[in-house]
Amino acid sequence: MKVVIASGKGGTGKTLIATSLALSLKKAFLMDCDVEEPNAHLLISPHWQLTKEVLLPFPQVETALCNFCQKCQRVCRFGAIAVLPDQVLTFPELCHSCGACSLLCPRKAIREEKQAIGEIRFGIKSGIILIEGRLQVGKPMAAPIIRELKREAAKTNQIVIFDAPPGTSCSVIHCLHGADYALLVTEPTPFGLNDLILAVGVARKLDLPVGLIINKAGIGDTEVYRYAQEQNLPVLLEIPEDRKIAEAYSRGKSLTEAFPEYKERFQMVLEQMYLQAEESVRKTAGNSKR
Amino acid sequence: MSVKQLVIVSGKGGTGKTSLAACFAALGSNMVIADCDVDAANLHILLSPDILQRQDFYGGVKAEIDPELCQRLGICREVCRFDAVSFEASAQPVRYRIDPIACDGCGSCVEFCVSHAIKMIQPKAGEWYLAETRFGPMVYARLGIGEENSGKLVSVVRKTSLELAEEKGAKMVLIDGPPGIGCPVIASITGTDYALAVTEPTMSGIHDLKRISELCRHFSIPLGVIINKFDLNPLITDEIKKFAQANNYDFVGQIPYTPDFTRAMVQRKSLIEFNSSPNAKTIKEIWGCIKNLIKQY
Amino acid sequence: MKIGVTAKGESLDSMLDEQFGRAEKFIIYETETGESEAVDNAQNLQAMQGAGIQSAQKIIELGARVLITGHCGPKAYATLKAGGVKIFTGDRTTVKKAIDDYLKGGLKEIVAPDVESHW
Repeated sequence: MKVVIASGKGGTGKTLIATSLALSLKKAFLMDCDVEEPNAHLLISPHWQLTKEVLLPFPQVETALCNFCQKCQRVCRFGAIAVLPDQVLTFPELCHSCGACSLLCPRKAIREEKQAIGEIRFGIKSGIILIEGRLQVGKPMAAPIIRELKREAAKTNQIVIFDAPPGTSCSVIHCLHGADYALLVTEPTPFGLNDLILAVGVARKLDLPVGLIINKAGIGDTEVYRYAQEQNLPVLLEIPEDRKIAEAYSRGKSLTEAFPEYKERFQMVLEQMYLQAEESVRKTAGNSKR
Repeated sequence: MSVKQLVIVSGKGGTGKTSLAACFAALGSNMVIADCDVDAANLHILLSPDILQRQDFYGGVKAEIDPELCQRLGICREVCRFDAVSFEASAQPVRYRIDPIACDGCGSCVEFCVSHAIKMIQPKAGEWYLAETRFGPMVYARLGIGEENSGKLVSVVRKTSLELAEEKGAKMVLIDGPPGIGCPVIASITGTDYALAVTEPTMSGIHDLKRISELCRHFSIPLGVIINKFDLNPLITDEIKKFAQANNYDFVGQIPYTPDFTRAMVQRKSLIEFNSSPNAKTIKEIWGCIKNLIKQY
Repeated sequence: MKIGVTAKGESLDSMLDEQFGRAEKFIIYETETGESEAVDNAQNLQAMQGAGIQSAQKIIELGARVLITGHCGPKAYATLKAGGVKIFTGDRTTVKKAIDDYLKGGLKEIVAPDVESHW
């Protein structure tokens, strides 16, 4: 099963919960998809095994072959290639690596050269394999690295936990697309609820079964519980606001490491997710038969 | 005197950017407020804006296949680098389909489709708002779910807020930035006069602070650091201060771990309006410090 | 020699437009004849990204060897430099005064982009 841990709001505890869930299981894959600020390794402390660069092709123009017809510039939708009277300039930071300019150049004057935009690295800790995506600072696009992480996830049949970035942007969508379950982490505050509603909207748009974890329970108000009830969203776990949990987290300790009683609670969360996901698949199958 | 632009960033989410932005809005005068966290905007919850103008935002383009013209040659699927084209064998009639979420809008498929069955469409991707709050004018936005081009919408908010400030003779644009270091953050920080990084003394906090500060350095934006919940971990608080000093970042101030921010939020207020606790005093001092620092740039 | 100036209007008395990429108009002034023409830059006001690059290309296409503007971002700068255009910075003045100041040697040359990229 592929579970995505998302939230909408930043700082609700996605990574804390993703790592704690993983460490409660005998075997699991944990994908750190928050490629702008990957933090899972800080709570897991894995033994790093290897690093793979994530490469994207960028156009290189052979001026000698070019006749400055400007077709590449007309085709590029991102303004990444500019044809001057005697040379062609490329702007890799605008380029989406779509390949159109190279494919369409009538003189075959554009070849593509791979350049790194980030990396993925593999680590192991007690039966958990952490695969972390990391975007180079200054590079604008996270999606290609998330795609790479999903390709790795597709290679296994074991349970895969995706630690998604905050927000509801296309990075988060890429994580949720093709997953089996959306586990949304929220905090019982107006900000938390506002962003949770957005996240639920996304998950439902993608037809995913959804469950909630309410972290820092007790700090704000009870509106999120009312919302969960109205929307028929099961609350799979509540973690109370506890300064000791925050302090342990600050030192890089996951929940299950500092408070081992959570292991069993996370195992139950997993069971509930399996049941819900199966039910959801049955319903979809039933619907399409009609 | 030209308008100063101050942006609040963090790297890590949930450190308190928006809560502090609301405090600064309450303490400042003659400013325009801009919420550049267009993915998950929250500042309006505390500022209760009255919307004066609502505008549609059109982001990028997406490719769309006309099933009547499609001759099912599949060239589009071969050229697409974004896995956006699928073959729907069970559709009536069978057809190729482009997933608008996966589609990058590059237009390669359009160029290569010999049946001329594909055109680019530009669906509405979000909205932005010009509003009035009790602290002054505010510009904010909402990006549609799953949309890309958040950078472009952030730029609309930036441009509008700056123009508004110039028009009204405001002294400053106060920008609440998004978490992370990607496109929307870059669009939030470029051209600003000063960036405030709000961090927390956790391993994740300092890790992410390093990346956001590197980004600000890359764009030559002077940086100041505020440590929120500083008493949670005195060792890491110290490490952050040393990091700031070693890199010539200003250490602007520190706020203790307090339920006040959440309590104020539940009442839809900034902490400054909520009570006159020592924390409010600390934040006032921090604001004084920021005003002095920004004069230098 | 042709001098390009970013402008908010079509005449030499119009104000200099400080933003290069999304300037409303370019005024192209020929020093040998004293003639000038106004060129519209409207399509770049709406451009998604790369407005600076497109404006730079236009200036190069129009044959200007010198550009007078307010600020110039890094991509526009790179394009102008590649096209051999020298860039000078003008204040809040009219186009005519900016050209006069340049010819008298009173304007500063921009040797590096002086604003960060923006959309």
